Parts: sequence; C-alpha cells; structure tokens
Amino acid sequence: MTATLSPTPSPLLSNLPLARTAGWQYVLRLADNALILGQRNAEWCGHGPVLEEDIALANISLDLIGQARLLYARAGELEAELTGRARHEDDYAYWRGEREFRNWTLLELPHSGPLAGTASSDRDYAVTIVRNFLYSALMVELWSALAGSRDAGLAAIASKSIKEARYHLHHGADWLVRLGDGTELSHERTQRALDHLLPYMNECFVPDPVEQEAAAQGIAVPTAELRPAWQATVEQTVAEATLTLPAATGFVSTGKQGLHSEHMSYLLAQMQSLARAHPGAHW
Amino acid sequence: MPATLTLPGMHADSDADSDADSDAASHADSHANGHPDTRLHAVHADADAQARAARAWTVLDAVPDPEIPVVSIRDLGILREVAIADDGALEIVITPTYSGCPAMAEIAEDIGRALDQADLGPWKIRTVLAPAWTTDWITAEGRDKLRAYGIAPPARCADQGAPTRPLRFVPRHRAPGDTGAANATGARVATGAVGATGAVGATGAVGATGAAGATGAAGATGARASDNVTCPHCGSPDTEPLSQFGSTACKALYRCRACREPFDYFKPY
Repeated sequence: MTATLSPTPSPLLSNLPLARTAGWQYVLRLADNALILGQRNAEWCGHGPVLEEDIALANISLDLIGQARLLYARAGELEAELTGRARHEDDYAYWRGEREFRNWTLLELPHSGPLAGTASSDRDYAVTIVRNFLYSALMVELWSALAGSRDAGLAAIASKSIKEARYHLHHGADWLVRLGDGTELSHERTQRALDHLLPYMNECFVPDPVEQEAAAQGIAVPTAELRPAWQATVEQTVAEATLTLPAATGFVSTGKQGLHSEHMSYLLAQMQSLARAHPGAHW
Repeated sequence: MPATLTLPGMHADSDADSDADSDAASHADSHANGHPDTRLHAVHADADAQARAARAWTVLDAVPDPEIPVVSIRDLGILREVAIADDGALEIVITPTYSGCPAMAEIAEDIGRALDQADLGPWKIRTVLAPAWTTDWITAEGRDKLRAYGIAPPARCADQGAPTRPLRFVPRHRAPGDTGAANATGARVATGAVGATGAVGATGAVGATGAAGATGAAGATGARASDNVTCPHCGSPDTEPLSQFGSTACKALYRCRACREPFDYFKPY
C-alpha cells in the first residue's frame, strides 16, 4: 500500500471541458458505486443473521471493494492523462468529501427501512437483500455492455466484474424469493423494503451529460438502454417471491451529481476517519 | 524455443512479440556487419536469456497459492508469462483471480522472494486484467491436486447449466388450486422471525428439498444442476450446495449426502 502522495486533485481539473473529462468521471462513478455498496455490505461482518450469510456478505463486499480498487486505479490513470498528476485509490476513497462522491443514492442508504435513523443497530436484512438484488440485476447488464467499451481498461474490468456480479445476483434473487415467499413477517418486511428502495432505482436510468458524453465517445453505455432487460429480471423474480412491484413514482435521487442523502456523511465519517487520523500511513 | 514462455489461451502481447523480434533483429544486424564476435555475443545473450527465463519458470512453478498451498500459481493459471524485457529484467506477468482477491499482494511478494533466492537478477511483475482469468485455465494437474486436498475442482464454464430453483426454508402450504402466486397471508406459514425454521446447514430445513417444492436435484443456493459436483472425499455425485460463498471468495460450501462430509467447491469463474 503506497502512502498518500497527492490526495487533492490538480487545479487543472476544474477547467477542463466535459468532452475531455467525461470518461474519467464515468469510471469514477462506477468506482464510487462499488466502494459505497461494499462499505454497506461490510457492515454485516460479524453481525450476519446466520453464519453462511455473514460469510456471503463479506465475500460480496470483498468483490465490490476489489472492483472499486480496479476502477479507482483506472480513474487515476485517466486523471494523470488529463492533468499530469495521478491520484491513488486511497486518495479517492479516503480523501474526497461528500460532494465529490458520485455513487447512486440507493447504495449509501443504511440497512434500515423508511424510518431510518442513524443507529447502526437497526439493520433489516430484507433491505440488504432487496438493494443487492436490484443493483446486481442492473450491473449484470451494465458490465456485459461495458465489456465492449472503447476504454480498454474499463472493458477489462467489466469482463471480470460480470462474473462476480452474476454470483451476487444469484445470491440476491435466491434470498428475495426465500424472504418474499417465506413467512408472513419476512414477506411483509421484504415488501416494505421493495416499496422503500425501488424509487431509488430511477436515478440509475435517468441520463445526464456525463453519461451521454462518455457514451458518445464509446466509453459508456446509457443505462436507459438496459432498463427493459433489468425490468424483466426484476419482474420475474419479484413475482416468484410473491411480492408486488410498487407503482412508479417521479422520485429521482441525485447521488451521482454529488448531492447525497443525509446518510452519506455518516458513512464517510466511519469509512474515512482512520485514514484521515493518520495521513500518509501505510502498512 | 522463444525467450518468452506463454501458456495456451494467453494472447501474445506486444512485449512478447517485440522481444522475439529484437532477438531476430540483433541476429540479422550482427550477421550483416560480418562481425563474428558481435554475432556470437548475440547468440550467447539469446541463449542466456532463454535459460534464465526457463529457470525462472521452474522456480515460479513452485510458488504455491497462499490460500491453497497444494497448488501453484501456475496450476491455477495466475502465472501467465515469463519474459526478458528490453532492459534485461525478467518480466513476470500475472493476472488476478477475483477482483477483491487479497492473496494477489502476497503472491507478488512470493514471486519476488523466489526470484531473489534463485539469484535470477532484476525482475519486475506486471499484472494484466485481460484476458480475464477463468477457472478454465486451471491445469489438469491442478484439478487433481485440488481434489486430493479435499476441494472439488470447478466445472468447465461452458458446462454450467441454468440456475436451479432456490431452496425455501419454509415449505409452501398450498390449498388445492392455489398456484402460489397470490400474496394471501393465509397461504403463508407464520413462524415468526426470519430464519426461525433453522439456519442454513441444519439438516431439518435444508434437507427438505422435497417439501420445498423444488426438484430433487435442484435444491440449494445457486446450485447448477449440471455442475455434477462430485464429493472429493468419497466420490459420490450425490452432493448439495449449502452456500455459494465458502471459506474464500472463490469457493462455495457443499455437503455430500452420501458420506455426510462438508467440502469446498471451487466455483466456475
């Protein structure tokens, strides 16, 4: 692990046009998605409902953090091409503030339901499973598409990540069915989790300038194009789980613009505090 | 024999090609000059490079996987290529397995240590992501070693069948004519907290694949019916998955219904 060399970005970065930075920004979003969900899943470590699930979530979290590391490394290369100054994966993870993280809001939500406070003792496994299921159902489609990205580094990462995403989707779908088509209590909690989380998926499919520019350059794939396939997977599994998809709403979260929910700063405080307490430290 | 040793399935990269080309070029140049000493020197240098690369290959073949020490990084297909770079350093190309595999840093250190101990001169390690590592690259010897160690080797990726139905912990109690699609609470068994029927692995709940309504061979988490995982202890094909995630990211936890022993299954990747 290299010590932090340059935690802050070059001032050049803010002056560059979107046409030049879109690819880098797009890769960074994917990295933030993976890191933040990895962080959330890791919260179950030592607290899983059964031992096998404790291990499962730790492994899923490890996969996600591994993907985040590869993506941050690629983002660092792209940033160096833009400004001549590279940032390390640790710089991105530990030394950026809340407004700079570009993950979807869905992924930073705590494991509680709609009445979430900040108490970490209130973890609902149904929320965990539903969120993992919704995310991996999309990432299976997105990684498949990105395997053909014009950015060779991103394409290589996508070709690896798809294999892991398939196992994550399988885990999430299995548990969605078990919980949905389970007891009265598990069914009720899973339905509540689905009602709570599904609106957050709208953000994933709404196009924005970064994605559009990166797609025009052949680097990204518009997630809107993947929505029908994602919808089919979700509908099929939800039906098998004897759950009901809530009606569509106009709610769109804004995490990918750096405007996060009230939960993000607490997550970052926990995740970043050790590194910030010992700047430049390494193993 | 080329100075670059590449495994089947590995696309020759530009570095490998340029090494071979530069060797050939140095041959041609020396010959054109008609300078016998230079030509002999070039031939010796080439032979030295080949010998060094071959020796490195042998040394690295013995580097074990940190997690499963009975197999080497070559057996697993992690070690992809051994070449001599233009500056004379040994270039070792490795590829990571799972994205988050924590063993890769240790593998890199082990490679360096092995090369230093064998006094094989300056070296550098290059990690490549493409083509993506696949369990299909695990050698036949590697698979035998895994099996002997008690880990069922992975099925070929192409042989994977469609995912089977998930195991239900709570058997469905269906009224006649109830297709199970309705959400009526009456159709559901109210047993209280999630998982109250028993943790994964408890023979009571997990073993009741029949009651779950799933087909006999289908069963548990992400089981792929056509994987046909054979028990590495007793050889029986009558096995069932307990969890898709085992002791490491790359392994699933299975149980043999014949000899009742649990074992790890190396997941197809």
